[in-house]
Amino acid sequence: MGANMKYQVVIGLEVHTQLTTNTKIFCGCSTRFGAEPNSQTCPVCLGFPGALPVLNQQVVEYAIRAGLATNCSITQRNVFARKNYFYPDLPKGYQISQFDLPICQHGHLDIEVEGETKRIGITRIHMEEDAGKLVHADIPGVDDSCVDLNRACTPLLEIVSEPDMRSPDEAIAYLKKLHQIVMYLGICDGNLEEGSFRCDANVSLMPVGSTVFGTRAELKNINSFKFIKQAIEYEIERQAEILDDGGKVVQETRLFDPNTGTTRSMRGKEEAHDYRYFPDPDLVPVIISDDWIEKVRGGLPELPEAKRARFMSDLGLPEYDAEVLVASRELAQYFEDAFALFPQAKTVSNWVMGEVTRALNDDNNRSIAECPVTSALLADLLKLMEKGTISGKIAKTVFDEMYKTGNAPEKIVEEKGLVQVSDTGAIEAMIDEVLEKNPGQVAEYRGGKETLFGFFVGQVMRASKGKANPAVVNEMLLKKLQG
Amino acid sequence: MEIFDLTIHELHEKLKAKEVSSVEATRAMLDRIEAVDSQVNAYITVTPEQALVEAEEADRRIAAGDIASLTGIPVGLKDIFVTKGIRTTCGSRILENFVPPYDGTAVAKLKEQGAVIVGKLNQDEFAMGSSNESSYFGPCRNPWDLSCTPGGSSGGSAAAIAARTATATLGTDTGGSIRQPASHCGCVGLKPTYGRVSRYGVIAYASSLDQVGPLTRDVTDSALLLGAVAGYDPMDSTSVNTPVPDYVAGLGSGVKGMKIGLPKQYFIEGLDPDVKRAMDEAIALYKSLGAEIREVSLPNTEYAVATYYIIATAEASANLARYDGVRFGHRAENARGLAQMYAKSRAEGFGSEVKRRIMLGTYALSSGYYDAYYVKAQKVRTLIQQDFLNAFKEVDVLLTPIAPTPAFKIAEKLEDPLQMYLSDIFTIPVNLAGTCGISVPAGFSAAGLPIGLQLVGKPFGEQDILTAAYSFEKETQWHLKKAPL
Repeated sequence: MGANMKYQVVIGLEVHTQLTTNTKIFCGCSTRFGAEPNSQTCPVCLGFPGALPVLNQQVVEYAIRAGLATNCSITQRNVFARKNYFYPDLPKGYQISQFDLPICQHGHLDIEVEGETKRIGITRIHMEEDAGKLVHADIPGVDDSCVDLNRACTPLLEIVSEPDMRSPDEAIAYLKKLHQIVMYLGICDGNLEEGSFRCDANVSLMPVGSTVFGTRAELKNINSFKFIKQAIEYEIERQAEILDDGGKVVQETRLFDPNTGTTRSMRGKEEAHDYRYFPDPDLVPVIISDDWIEKVRGGLPELPEAKRARFMSDLGLPEYDAEVLVASRELAQYFEDAFALFPQAKTVSNWVMGEVTRALNDDNNRSIAECPVTSALLADLLKLMEKGTISGKIAKTVFDEMYKTGNAPEKIVEEKGLVQVSDTGAIEAMIDEVLEKNPGQVAEYRGGKETLFGFFVGQVMRASKGKANPAVVNEMLLKKLQG
Repeated sequence: MEIFDLTIHELHEKLKAKEVSSVEATRAMLDRIEAVDSQVNAYITVTPEQALVEAEEADRRIAAGDIASLTGIPVGLKDIFVTKGIRTTCGSRILENFVPPYDGTAVAKLKEQGAVIVGKLNQDEFAMGSSNESSYFGPCRNPWDLSCTPGGSSGGSAAAIAARTATATLGTDTGGSIRQPASHCGCVGLKPTYGRVSRYGVIAYASSLDQVGPLTRDVTDSALLLGAVAGYDPMDSTSVNTPVPDYVAGLGSGVKGMKIGLPKQYFIEGLDPDVKRAMDEAIALYKSLGAEIREVSLPNTEYAVATYYIIATAEASANLARYDGVRFGHRAENARGLAQMYAKSRAEGFGSEVKRRIMLGTYALSSGYYDAYYVKAQKVRTLIQQDFLNAFKEVDVLLTPIAPTPAFKIAEKLEDPLQMYLSDIFTIPVNLAGTCGISVPAGFSAAGLPIGLQLVGKPFGEQDILTAAYSFEKETQWHLKKAPL
């Protein structure tokens, strides 16, 4: 990365988010992923002669949500255009997209990198249909490539940033933020592997201090945050080497190869398409009223930034906790649900960030939605701990059991006999026994070696098999030793 | 009178009275096709087996007392309407063996009413042409003179009426493709307002101009068939949600007091003398019926043909991109690689007129020319629409010729596409304006060829032009003359 010293990288990102509508953007076919090839198709999405597109209004609503959440202005008269090109998985020979009047424009997102806040411009968000996909995989008896059009006509939002990012870390921060927002909005499932959230990156270098952008390369369809970072880093090195050697970067589209961590040329500018955009005469313009915008605005969920701020100001959580908890809408919801039943924010936060997250990670990175310990059960557990029925340490054991069985904490505590001993008589007997067994340490303590106090506590807790109430033990032990 | 000579409403009465069955009517029609269509070539595909099954079903409905105005009526469809299970070629080699998996909306509506589909009718390839000579399945011939064209692109739909090989037919009209062949073949052809009839299941030529309409023996049938297929369709976002009147009920209101406009730009030097005479006679007749005749101006008329050929070809260049040999239709053999497969399939599948228009449209949309051609054409289109709206502030309907001349000889204009394009000069502006027009038989040339007159209505003013056409028809006998076949 020595190149970074001489050159400033300029990055702009185009993100394609597949929307979670039940049906496609211009027909009634299902958008479900992974179905039998070509089973979710009709004359419209197959581009059959005579078929006509009809717009799914839900797509417009989702686009407005995305625009409002990213501080965009909403275009009130929307026109769909045809983008003409030939490709075997593009059934009509053109893609229906938006061209000069995208539904959202002039927005921004604030990102944080190394403690600094930076504003990244969003040029536009537009609605469009996806293409199908080609299957070149080995199918017995088939030499040709196959076309699966299940994905054809599924709704996409293309979210285009300004070339405002100046490092791979900024690019990743922006992407993660955008990913988080579309998930919060409930408009995208965010699944990078299935291509629901995929990114093209435009990367160029210019000498440090320059304001004139260099020639860019476009890195196509990268589907993991890690690969995007790798691809950009590789691209910086590749372009820096070319510039160092006095060469010129060629404007082209490049593909990232995850196996080698490198990019390679896919097509050059000389093959650049003339898409011959023009308004699609099959679709009437979509007029978005002020009322519609306000209705959508009213239905927006609390977004991560606002949630984080509220967790800090209203609940008194440290910034770190707030950041972790709002990482996903589901996690934040889990926290809030548990907090509603057990209103001690920091305790709940500790458990959510600690035991809950650990257990899920250990369990093949299960999602919080699938957690066997529901937020209500977690609150029950914390209540038992608060009442002193169990100690914090026992609570962790109970939690593990709850995770395994899905049982209520009371039931586990009862069945396993884990109830905390607060009975002073029983504890006193155990203390006496410990003091009796360790006369030397007693003498040392009384002689001034107060650090031995912990030793006695430990012995008593061990004798109680961890069930003694530590507060009671502490109090009584202190009396005995001083007495 | 033979069964195949009857109009929809005449046959309907006979079916209702059980004087004839639908099977008999359908057989009569199929026999007539068998007897004369080899001379006319109006049909690309005849569907006798399916037609007889539908006719039997219609007879069962009629026996059960369930009879709609189209139940049991043999109809033909321009081969531009996709029909489930019936080959649909659009007059092109590229769709020579295409069997659609679905029915379009207009076809579904006809079937719901119990109409019997006897076959698919010849047309210019992808509806591009004014003479039916660009069909891959050979030219259709004019039943009035087999050496002449029937007009286009719905030439087969018009010729089938004239040849008595269908009781009624559906066509499509993008720049005059229903009205002009109706005029040349002596039948009634109506182009409804854009959005009046669903385009779902109609193979697109120029989406913003295409409209489905009826070709029939008389005006009553036109009103009947239009009523059967008109209406809002959720499958076509450009279809308009306004109520469909009972067009037949309104036919008899007469033209007394109706203001009829004569656009001065349509009555120019060079108009064929026979056509001119027919127009003059029609105007005189309307005057005598109590209509008020006024001259009006449509000042942007001279730009209509140029505007049409930019917008229509631009849209066509995109609409025809799906014929790539990948999923259906003709695929070239022995192509090496994808690009060659596209190129060869399209080169082999499309005829020269289609290729010419795809190239024109592609050029008009390409970067650097888009503003000069496409954007400019859209602006002119708006001016032309405005011309019509202004004229309709003064008059109820417009009266114009349909075509500068009666039907011309086959091959006469093939070598001169511009001459051919000018034959739609009086019909094209109506499509650009998106309003409605009808062609009604209005006389014959010295050579015995039919001449039609055009009545143009306001947007959704179909009732006005049908009523005016009906008044004319009642006073004349032109629609009753039979082609010498």
